[in-house]
Amino acid sequence: MSVTDIELQEDLAHHDDHHDEHHEQGFVSKYIFTTDHKTIAKQFLITGIFWALIGGALSLIFRLQLGFPEMSLEWLRPIMGEWITETGKLDAEFYLALVTMHGTIMVFFVLTAGLSGTFSNFLIPLQIGARDMASGFMNMLSYWFFFASSVVMFISLFIETGPAAGGWTVYPPLSALPQAIQGSALGMTLWLVSMALFIASTLLGGINYITTVINLRTTGMSFSRLPLTIWAFFITAVLGLLSFPVLLSAALLLIFDRSFGTSFYLSEIYIAGEALPNIGGSPILYQHLFWFLGHPEVYIVLLPALGITSEIIATNARKPIFGYKAMIGSMLGIGFLSFIVWAHHMFVTGMNPFLGSVFTILTLVIAVPSAIKAFNYITTLWKGNIVFTPAMLFSIGLVSFFISGGLTGIFLGNSVLDINLHDTYFVVAHFHLVMGSASFFGLLAGVYHWFPKMFGRMMDDRLGKVHFWLSFIGIYLVFFPLHYIGIAGFPRRYYSFTSFETFSIYGDLNALVSVAAIATFAAQFIFLFNFFYSIYRGRKAPLNPWKSNTLEWTTPRNPGHGNWPGAIPSVYRWPYDYSKPGSENDFIPQNVPYSHTPESNLEHENEIAMSEDVTGVEKVNA
Amino acid sequence: MLNLIIIVAVVLVIAVIFTAYRVTTLVDVVKRKKADEGDLEVSSNNSWQAILGVLFVIVGFGAFFYFSITEADIYNLPIASEHGVVVEDLFSITMYITVAVFVITQIFLFGFGWKYRYNKNQKATYYPHNNTLELVWTIVPAIVLAWLIISGLKEWNNITGPAPENSEVVEVVGYQYAWGFRYPGRDKELGDYDFRKIDPINALGIDLADQNGHDDFLATQLVIPKGRPVHLQIRGRDVIHSVYNPHFRIQMNAVPGMPTRFWFTPTISTAEMREKTGNPDFNYELVCNKICGKGHYSMKGIITVLDENEYDAWYKENQANTFLKQNPSYISQVPDELKEAAKIASGIENISREQKVTTALSSSK
Repeated sequence: MSVTDIELQEDLAHHDDHHDEHHEQGFVSKYIFTTDHKTIAKQFLITGIFWALIGGALSLIFRLQLGFPEMSLEWLRPIMGEWITETGKLDAEFYLALVTMHGTIMVFFVLTAGLSGTFSNFLIPLQIGARDMASGFMNMLSYWFFFASSVVMFISLFIETGPAAGGWTVYPPLSALPQAIQGSALGMTLWLVSMALFIASTLLGGINYITTVINLRTTGMSFSRLPLTIWAFFITAVLGLLSFPVLLSAALLLIFDRSFGTSFYLSEIYIAGEALPNIGGSPILYQHLFWFLGHPEVYIVLLPALGITSEIIATNARKPIFGYKAMIGSMLGIGFLSFIVWAHHMFVTGMNPFLGSVFTILTLVIAVPSAIKAFNYITTLWKGNIVFTPAMLFSIGLVSFFISGGLTGIFLGNSVLDINLHDTYFVVAHFHLVMGSASFFGLLAGVYHWFPKMFGRMMDDRLGKVHFWLSFIGIYLVFFPLHYIGIAGFPRRYYSFTSFETFSIYGDLNALVSVAAIATFAAQFIFLFNFFYSIYRGRKAPLNPWKSNTLEWTTPRNPGHGNWPGAIPSVYRWPYDYSKPGSENDFIPQNVPYSHTPESNLEHENEIAMSEDVTGVEKVNA
Repeated sequence: MLNLIIIVAVVLVIAVIFTAYRVTTLVDVVKRKKADEGDLEVSSNNSWQAILGVLFVIVGFGAFFYFSITEADIYNLPIASEHGVVVEDLFSITMYITVAVFVITQIFLFGFGWKYRYNKNQKATYYPHNNTLELVWTIVPAIVLAWLIISGLKEWNNITGPAPENSEVVEVVGYQYAWGFRYPGRDKELGDYDFRKIDPINALGIDLADQNGHDDFLATQLVIPKGRPVHLQIRGRDVIHSVYNPHFRIQMNAVPGMPTRFWFTPTISTAEMREKTGNPDFNYELVCNKICGKGHYSMKGIITVLDENEYDAWYKENQANTFLKQNPSYISQVPDELKEAAKIASGIENISREQKVTTALSSSK
C-alpha cells in the first residue's frame, strides 16, 4: 500500500527476473515446490478436480444403492472387495463410510481448498496488482499441508476397517467409540489427522490472503475499488481464520477422548456389553464447537463463489454490478452473522429451547443480506447486453441454485418447522443446492472465465455450454425431487428404506434421482476433456478475451513470475465501468485514468481527474 | 467376452465423438474471421442459450407444479397430533411465500437473460445503484421474515414448554439398534436409572435403589392414548439417536448423558389411521433419525395410539407385569430395607390378586 512496500516488491521481482535469466528454474522448483501463486493455484485446482471425481464417484455408489436397492453390485467387487457382501450388496456400514467421505471430501477438499485455494491464490495478486502473495513460502506450505492432508484421507479409504463413517460432522460418541462403528477405529484417527493438517493449510493460506489484500494493493487500489472477487476472498479468509481453530480444538478434544481416556464428550455410556467409565462430558459440547466452524464454513464455501459470480455477471452483462456497496455490505453482514447462527443445526438436540428461539431469529436475519445479493444479481442483468459465455451460464446457474436452495433455508431456520424436517432429505436438498451446487458452479464458472489467464489458451465454447446445460438440468433433477422425499419424512443417511412402511413410497423418485446423478457425473467428463485438451491444444487466448476491466487482463498472455514484466499498473477507477455513457468502448479497465476519459466522466470524476498522478500510465498501457 | 465388446464399443464411440469434435473445431478455425483485438467476441449460439433458459423455466415450472399438486397427498403425510396442525399451517404459509418468490425471481433471472441477450447495436444501461430499490428489498424481506419468526416462535414456545400436569409419562431409550420403553406403573412415577446397572436383561438400567422404579413396567411398543398429552422422556444408551415420527411432527435427539424430553397430543388412533389411509397394516413408526451405526436404517419402533378407554385398559393389564415381577432375581439389587415393599409394589408376592395391595401385604407377614 505504501510506496516503500511496492518498491520492495518490485525489487524482489527484479531479483527474480535476474535469477531466471541465468538459471532456468528446475522442474521441481517450477512445478512442485513452487512459490509462484499462479502455479500454486493450479496445484490446488488439479488436486481439487481429483477430489471432486473421487467424491462424485463415491456418491454414485450410494446413489445406486438408494435408487436400485435390488441391484447386484457384484461388478464393484474388483475395487471394493469385502465391502460388497456375499449376496452382491453394498455393506450397510460402508454405505455410511461413503456418505461420510463424500461429505468430507466435497465440503473441505473440493469446495474449500479447491475453490478458495485456487481462486484466492490465482486472483488476489493479479487483481490487486501485486507481484505475488505476501509470503510465497507460506503459500507453498499451505498447498503441501493440503497435499499431506489429502494423502492421509486418501489412504483412509483403503484400510481394513474402512474410513470414518459417522457422517461428515463426526458427532461423538459415535465417532469416539470403535465399538459403535468400525469406521471409528483407525479410519477416524486418520480423518482427524488429515483434518488437523487441512486446518493448518487453511490457516497458512488465510493469513496470506488477508495480509496480501491489506498490504500489497497497487497504487490507487483502495478498498472501495477492489473487485468483488477480492472482497469475497478477503472476507472468506477472515472467516476461516476465526473459525477453523475452533474445529481444531473440537478435533483435539475428540482425539483426547478417543486415545487418552478423557471425558469431554462422553458420559454415561453402556456399549458392547459394558458400562464405560466416562462421566460428566457432553456430546452436545462437540456439536457447539463443530458448528461454530461448521456454519461459517458454509459461507467459506459459498462467498468465493458469489464473488466470482459478481465479477463474471458484471463483465458479461456488460453492465456495472448493481449495488457494489450493498454487495460488500451484505457480504460483511453474512460474514458477521455466520458466527452467531450455528445452533440452528441443533434445534432438536435437546438444548435449551430459549437458545432455539434466539438462533431462529438470528438465522432468519441472515436471509436478508442473502436476499439482497440475489436481487442485485438479477438487477445487474436488467437492461444489460448479455453475452452467454460458459462462465456466464454457470454464474446464472449459481444464482438460480442460490435462490432455490436459499428459500428452503427459511423453512429449516424456523425452529418449529425444523422439528419435522431436521435430518430429512429436505435438508439434503437444501444444502446441496445452496451450498454444494451453487459453490460448485462458482468453481466451474471461475475455471471457464480465468482459464485463458491460467493457461494462455481458450476452452472450447460449445463444449462448455453443453457441459453447462447437462449439469444444470441434471443437478435440478437430482436435488429437486429430494424436497418431496424430505417432506414425506425420509431420514438421511439411511442405507435402505425397506424397514419402514412409512417410507415404502417414492422408490421411483429415488431411482430418477440416481439416474440423474449418474448422467450429471458423466457430463463432467465433457469438462475434463475440454479442460485438459485445451491446456495443450486450445485456441491461443487474446489478452483480454472477455473485455474485462480488472487488472489481471493487463498482464502478458502467459504472465511469468512477478506477473507484470514492467512496472505494476496503477489503478484509477472501480472495476465496473462497463457501458459507461459517452465512452466508445463498452468497458474501461481499472488502469485507465479519468483524465484519459473526459468524454465519459461523471461530474465528481472530473474533479478526481484534475488531481490524478498519471506518470508512467502510458508506459504500462503500451 | 461381452465385457470386452462393451469396452471396445465405448472406446469406439468416444473416438467417433472426439473425431467429430476435431473436425468441427478445425472447420471453425478456418471459418473464423481474424478477430480484432478490440472487439468482443460473441459466439453465434448466444441467443440459443437465452432460449434454452426460457424453455428450462417453462418446462421446469410445469413439472414442478404438476408434481407438487398431483402428489400433494402422498408427500404430505396425514397429521396426527395437535401441534402438528399448527406447524403444518406455518409450513404452508412459508411454502406459499417461498414459492411465490421462487417463481418470480427465476422468471426474472431467465427472462432478463432472454430479453437482454447480446445485440451488437445495443449498449447496456449504466445503472450502478438505486438506493430506494435496495432499501425496499432489504425492508420487505425483513418484515416478512420477522412475521414468520414471530408466528414460529409462539408455537415453538408452546411445543417446547413444560408438559401439562395430566400428561402420560413414558420413557424412551434408544440403543443400537432398537428402542426401549418404560412406563411408570401404578404410582405414575418413573424410577431412577443408572447406566452402570444396565445388563442384557435390565436393558434400560433401572436403578432399583429407588422405590419409584419397583412398579415400573417395560413395553415392546410405544403405546399412547389418543387425545391426552404424552410426555416422552428420552435418553440414549450408547450413541446419539433421535426419536422421530413424521405423522406426529415430533423429533428429539436421544443423547447419552443428557436426558431430553418432548411432549405432544396424538389426535388420531392407529385404528382410525388404518381406516383413513385405507391400509389395514398401517402403523405409526418410531424412526431413528440420527446416524447411529450400521443398523441405523432399521432402528424401528412401533407406536400404537389407542382410544383413551382402550389405553387405560391396556395400562391396567400391563402394570401387573412389572420389571421386578418378570425378573424376580433382581430383587437382590433392592436395598434390604425396601425389599418387602418392593415385592409388594412389583406384585411378586401376590401374583393372582395383584390389584389388592393390602391383601398382599397381610399375606406376606
